[in-house]
Amino acid sequence: MRYLPKSERIRKEMLATLGVPSMEELFGCIPEKARQKGPLNLPRALSEPEILEYFQERAAENSGGMLRLLGAGVYNHFRPVLVDALLSRGEFFTAYTPYQAEIAQGTLQSIFEFQTLMCQLTEQEVANASMYDGSTALPESVAMALRITGRRRVLVGRSVHPEYRQVLGTYTRRQDVEVVELPVGRDGRLHREALRGALNDKTAAVAVQSPNFFGCLEEIPAIAEQAHRHGALLIGVINEGVSLGIVRPPAEADIVAMEGQSFGLPLSYGGPWVGVIASKEKFVRSLPGRLCGQTTDRQGRRGFVLTLATREQHIRRAKATSNICTNQALCALAATIFLCVYGKEGLRKLAEQNLAKAHYLAGELGKLGGVRLPFGAAFFNEFVVRLDADAASVQQRLREKGIIGGVNLTKWYPELKNSLLLCATETAKRADLDRFVAAFKEAMGARD
Amino acid sequence: MSEKIRKAGRHVTQSEALIFETSAAGKHAYSLPPLDVPGVEAAKTLGTEQVRREIEGFPEVSEIEIIRHFTRLSTWNYGVDTGMYPLGSCTMKYNARVNEVVARLEGLATEHPCQPDELSQGCLKILRLLERCLREITGMDAVTLQPAAGAHGELTGVLIIRAYQESKGDPREVILVPDSAHGTNPATAATAGYRVENIKSNRAGRMDLGSLRERMTERVAGLMITNPNTLGIFETDILEIAEVVHHRGGLVYMDGANMNALVGVARPGDFGMDIIHLNLHKTFSTPHGGGGPGAGPVAVKKFLEPFLPVPVLEERPGGTLRWNAERPQSIGRVRAFGGNFGVLVRALAYILANGPDGLLATTRDAVLNANYMRKQLEGAYELPYQSPSLHECVFSDKKQARHGVTTMDIAKRLIDYGFHPYTVAFPLIVQGALMIEPTESESQEELELFIEAMRAIAAEAETEPELVKTAPHTTRVKRLDEVTANRKPILRWKPAPTPEAAD
Amino acid sequence: MHPKEYRYTKEHEWIKADGATGTVGITHYAQEKLGDIVFVELPAVGRKLEAMESFGSVESVKAVSDLYSPVAGEVTEVNSSLKDNPALVNQDPHGGAWLVKVKIANPKELDQLLTADAYQKFIESEAAEQ
Repeated sequence: MRYLPKSERIRKEMLATLGVPSMEELFGCIPEKARQKGPLNLPRALSEPEILEYFQERAAENSGGMLRLLGAGVYNHFRPVLVDALLSRGEFFTAYTPYQAEIAQGTLQSIFEFQTLMCQLTEQEVANASMYDGSTALPESVAMALRITGRRRVLVGRSVHPEYRQVLGTYTRRQDVEVVELPVGRDGRLHREALRGALNDKTAAVAVQSPNFFGCLEEIPAIAEQAHRHGALLIGVINEGVSLGIVRPPAEADIVAMEGQSFGLPLSYGGPWVGVIASKEKFVRSLPGRLCGQTTDRQGRRGFVLTLATREQHIRRAKATSNICTNQALCALAATIFLCVYGKEGLRKLAEQNLAKAHYLAGELGKLGGVRLPFGAAFFNEFVVRLDADAASVQQRLREKGIIGGVNLTKWYPELKNSLLLCATETAKRADLDRFVAAFKEAMGARD
Repeated sequence: MSEKIRKAGRHVTQSEALIFETSAAGKHAYSLPPLDVPGVEAAKTLGTEQVRREIEGFPEVSEIEIIRHFTRLSTWNYGVDTGMYPLGSCTMKYNARVNEVVARLEGLATEHPCQPDELSQGCLKILRLLERCLREITGMDAVTLQPAAGAHGELTGVLIIRAYQESKGDPREVILVPDSAHGTNPATAATAGYRVENIKSNRAGRMDLGSLRERMTERVAGLMITNPNTLGIFETDILEIAEVVHHRGGLVYMDGANMNALVGVARPGDFGMDIIHLNLHKTFSTPHGGGGPGAGPVAVKKFLEPFLPVPVLEERPGGTLRWNAERPQSIGRVRAFGGNFGVLVRALAYILANGPDGLLATTRDAVLNANYMRKQLEGAYELPYQSPSLHECVFSDKKQARHGVTTMDIAKRLIDYGFHPYTVAFPLIVQGALMIEPTESESQEELELFIEAMRAIAAEAETEPELVKTAPHTTRVKRLDEVTANRKPILRWKPAPTPEAAD
Repeated sequence: MHPKEYRYTKEHEWIKADGATGTVGITHYAQEKLGDIVFVELPAVGRKLEAMESFGSVESVKAVSDLYSPVAGEVTEVNSSLKDNPALVNQDPHGGAWLVKVKIANPKELDQLLTADAYQKFIESEAAEQ
């Protein structure tokens, strides 16, 4: 096997040193009855060209060549070539968690930079070294709010990503927590009256996403004020990080749960990406996940270490309060590089382009007969269209023209009939958008 | 530098500031094509109250500065690519480059998880084949690839135990965990709403069967066991252990962190395990990435399949694959979308590169290396448990502690000798533990250098203990002040306060 | 080393009774075992504690230890100076680094605690076990 650096002769020599007659004998401690009978029934070993061929063949069986205007929590942004060029350095990607700080300063400093960038973006005071993803950052944020407030009731807008809410359900179902979902108002945002009715002095937190799942911007300061009046915390959820280039950050939120996929991580059919939890300094001891801190060595030189580790699983054991063990360091590094490339000016320009593309598409679609934009609230790069036709059939017709026509919302929101969620990032060219609109018109026209 | 240090030498290691400190207004590295649709005015479109001002302190740097910044940082790290990384229970093996290539292929890295299943058949086939391989390797009947990491897989597994017990009418209250377990085991059980009770290890370093019999009552939902355990020792009573737990209606969960000792040799499904999670970033060579990402698939026996998280992959008549989320008994969704697909692709590439023979040879070499290292170091370091080792071996610092030298000191001194340290002070049942896992990726030559280094340090501990206690001596930074880092945490960079603007 | 007039628990807390008020801290032996204390978590004033109920924790860099109340009672005061200066626990565990003051519910409970001599014997036997 080409990954194994030993010859048969060396193996024999090593066995002889051990006084063990054969490789099988090394496993003598495993009872006969527990041993495997016969070889594994797996495909034969493939050579490198065969491996490439296998995966290239699979890659060709996907959506190749289709025009896709999909968002729904996962955004197709351009990835500067620097990201992979630097991630591919073996010292980064073949290292483990920086437990031994003296030979992991590269990873540690980059995490410290990541934490800083996340604070700057969200206007929070502390951010952790990352979470698995945004969907698990939400229940971990909720658990954090429960610990801080000592309360057991949580309000979650139905405008929060449906799969995030499902994950929250899995994490909380078997614990003594009351999760109340709040309806969506007519403008596509959290129903504020419903929030008023549901808030009480037993409420630990309100979780609101902005831009929300429909792309609409929520009124974070006002919602925060409402929550705080009852002593509840506000959890601000963010799916589309690039929005922070231009959209006001949830500074009033007490906890921010974010997905950082937009920052240089490929769609990759679902991951790996990078979650973030940011919060206020006073809550740092309740923050889950790894934290990197600045310190000095014996000679007074600046260095970085993992710190406040006593919050973590491997120390707390049965008293642990979160599930996160390490972090998504390499994904966090990708985000860090991406944000350095775009920088202060670039991230704003990037956000402006997203805004322009999505509004162009929405405007053009809005001109078509039978297509409405049902929600009046301001949106970033994603929006909902409601059709006077069967949305699934329209999607089918679009597909025949090589277009994936958005995400059908009926699956998650039965009340939103014939509604599609569409997204246009900076990667969508005008020609693509025009082609999309033309095809859409045709597909709508063909309605019976 | 001592002539005993054969592997490492000093080399140029450049200083580098934080990226924020190299920033200056007007520098940039981004490039965007000209906007080809009408621009929109943000304040008008979003409302002035929704538009942010500039991001304070955000970096402004050029492309070459970014390249140099991160390249320099990378040289301050140590990776498997640099040399032996014998971190016990972490299985730091070679990360094949072809895995990186295939995970980045156009058509795989570019696929959106919300695109229709019919237009994702390539991705789904990859997942299907990986599921099949993992079922075969573990001897289990069904697999979920969703969990994002080992601890996440544990949580999934314990939630499955809970759902199963609930389906029998009572979730029960307790999960049993041996005292040698990883901290994540009790943490997971507690997160899933269980009380944790510890089972003691016996003198052979194995779970005490008598103690298990005593504890295993009808209140116990299940046992979480690592096999081989964190001492690298196979639980020889595993069949009896499973029987004791099953007899009282409990389930056995196996932490698969140490599967690198078993692939191709023994299958958990054949020795009575009901649930197992795998760490693809350990056994199946997906890169650790400085702490992640990983993937922690969970494999179960047939009777537990209904409880797997949604969605599950299904094959329709005619062979097309699709996700199914309609599963009434499922524990629910444990993360958005289907899993860390990019990690799963790499793991499959590893399995395909090896094939059945390669996987077996890998396991054998891993165990051979650990035993060779054990034999060569046995005199120099105290071996607290004499039971045979599989893929890793745990020593203690008992001999060196007489000279005031601890396992942490020895670990730090190893850095000077050109190696990444082993796992320090774990498992907790060994006072001053040195937990060493060489993996199959080390040649005999590299192993010999490591053995030589470890012996040299043992000698130094006797003759020059101060040298060891103040190590490392050759790194950029010396031992760092963790106490102050904890007492007065500095968790982000802030701009230096600007002096009063002079007129 | 361990003051005669104090009473001790096997979890290494001490209590000094002054009329109905008890002052509680951790012992010199405990702080030495823990190493550099980096954080102290204390309860709210007014909290009612059972005897040997956990009321907070002390943290070193790599360990957390629960704090147990030697007697039942109500917390009347907490040592807020430890928030900014946890190192005091290492420097003056039997004095300035007291943790909480409690209104002792049942003074008889004090008799069930270890005397300084008994505590000294206890820690010696604990050390011998290791």
